[in-house]
Amino acid sequence: MIVDTMRTVYGTLLNFRSELETLGAQVNEPPYGAPPKAPVLYIKPANTWSRNGAAIALPARVAKVEVGATIAMLMKAPGEVAGYVLMNDLSIPHTSYFRPPVKFKCLDGFLGVGDTLLPAAADVDPSRFRLEVRINGELKQSMNFSQLVRPAAQLLADVGEFMTLAAGDVLMLGVDAGRPLARVGDRIEISADGLGSLSNTLVAEAAS
Amino acid sequence: MKHARIVHTGVTQWATERDGQLLLADGRLVPLDAVTWLPPLEPVVAPRTILALGLNYADHAKELAFKAPEEPLVFLKGENALNGHRQFTRRPEGVKFMHYECELTVVIGREARKVKHADAYDFVRGYTVANDYAVRDYLENWYRPNLRVKNRDGATPVGPWLVDAGDVPNPMALALSTTVNGKVTQSGNTKDMIFDVPFLIEYFSAFMTLRPGDLILTGTPDGVVDCRPGDVVVTEIEGIGALMNTIA
Repeated sequence: MIVDTMRTVYGTLLNFRSELETLGAQVNEPPYGAPPKAPVLYIKPANTWSRNGAAIALPARVAKVEVGATIAMLMKAPGEVAGYVLMNDLSIPHTSYFRPPVKFKCLDGFLGVGDTLLPAAADVDPSRFRLEVRINGELKQSMNFSQLVRPAAQLLADVGEFMTLAAGDVLMLGVDAGRPLARVGDRIEISADGLGSLSNTLVAEAAS
Repeated sequence: MKHARIVHTGVTQWATERDGQLLLADGRLVPLDAVTWLPPLEPVVAPRTILALGLNYADHAKELAFKAPEEPLVFLKGENALNGHRQFTRRPEGVKFMHYECELTVVIGREARKVKHADAYDFVRGYTVANDYAVRDYLENWYRPNLRVKNRDGATPVGPWLVDAGDVPNPMALALSTTVNGKVTQSGNTKDMIFDVPFLIEYFSAFMTLRPGDLILTGTPDGVVDCRPGDVVVTEIEGIGALMNTIA
């Protein structure tokens, strides 16, 4: 399983043009002061990883989560992509991107990981990826990876400028604006041609 | 006891401190400078979670012109950032301000989920020292401190020792200092942390399960200065160890 081979998993914020458009003039206002220059990354640590089909538990205080559907690059070696995999990067909804989002993104189980690897190949062009998000069977979001600020190869190169992505490391391409919300009882299904589908159901955390 | 993870004669192994030397498992004593030092951490199957605190000393928060945080300011690091004692950390070309950060580092000893403050120390395997370098030129106000500042390859030396928790009766009262080329540039005490070790374990484990081998770097006090290629930086914590790094 892909989830058993992963090392550090990096997510990417603001790599869809729509995300920057949504922020608009805010990017120049406090606390940001300027649009981002380098890729804006975050880490989804191992406690967040959930398998395809697994239930993901929401603490009672979390009424809704934001579904961050994306496609990630799984590395074979520094600078070399093994292939692509679906991810469901859940967050507690938040509006400020000033501080690292650990308390919003690093809850146990908050990253669904697909189990289908689309191997990298000359005829696999990440800018042609399309992805769909369904909640309880209803289409909630469609994503077109031609709309990235940094296309996959450029994102890899710009990240590689300051850190090495080694075998097993994972880098998400980014999540489009218009992220759907989901709550306990919802079944989230993410699918893309060649990448299969990833589904996770939200359940209430057992009382402790 | 003080444990070191080292490479000696090509063999990666644990050793312990004995009379200023390293005691190998086979009984041999070797000098401290005769080995390659690795971070004093047991290898883990899933990647370890590395939590690092910002602005966790009142004086450092003041120095950096921020008000003290009302809750922990935390960021994560990848294992690519870790480095050993006596190794080198690269200063990128053309930057103006790269500084060390001497930090008491907690190594988690057992799975920690929803831990209460009063029980927190039961989950600590031991302590080590980290030098959490930052390249301030690259700071941006997006998920600050951003990874380009804080997650550079080999820019977080850890070590030299893993000191058993039982040998550190009060981790919240340890003198801490940094020297650059032998001159003291930073001094403080862990008693001045805003959020102390039990608080942090309770806080993080409330929403994320910590596992054996996970790390919490607890932040640094006042007194960070720019470091240049060739500078020898020693970050030291009383009773824990003196971690040496050279800027390349």
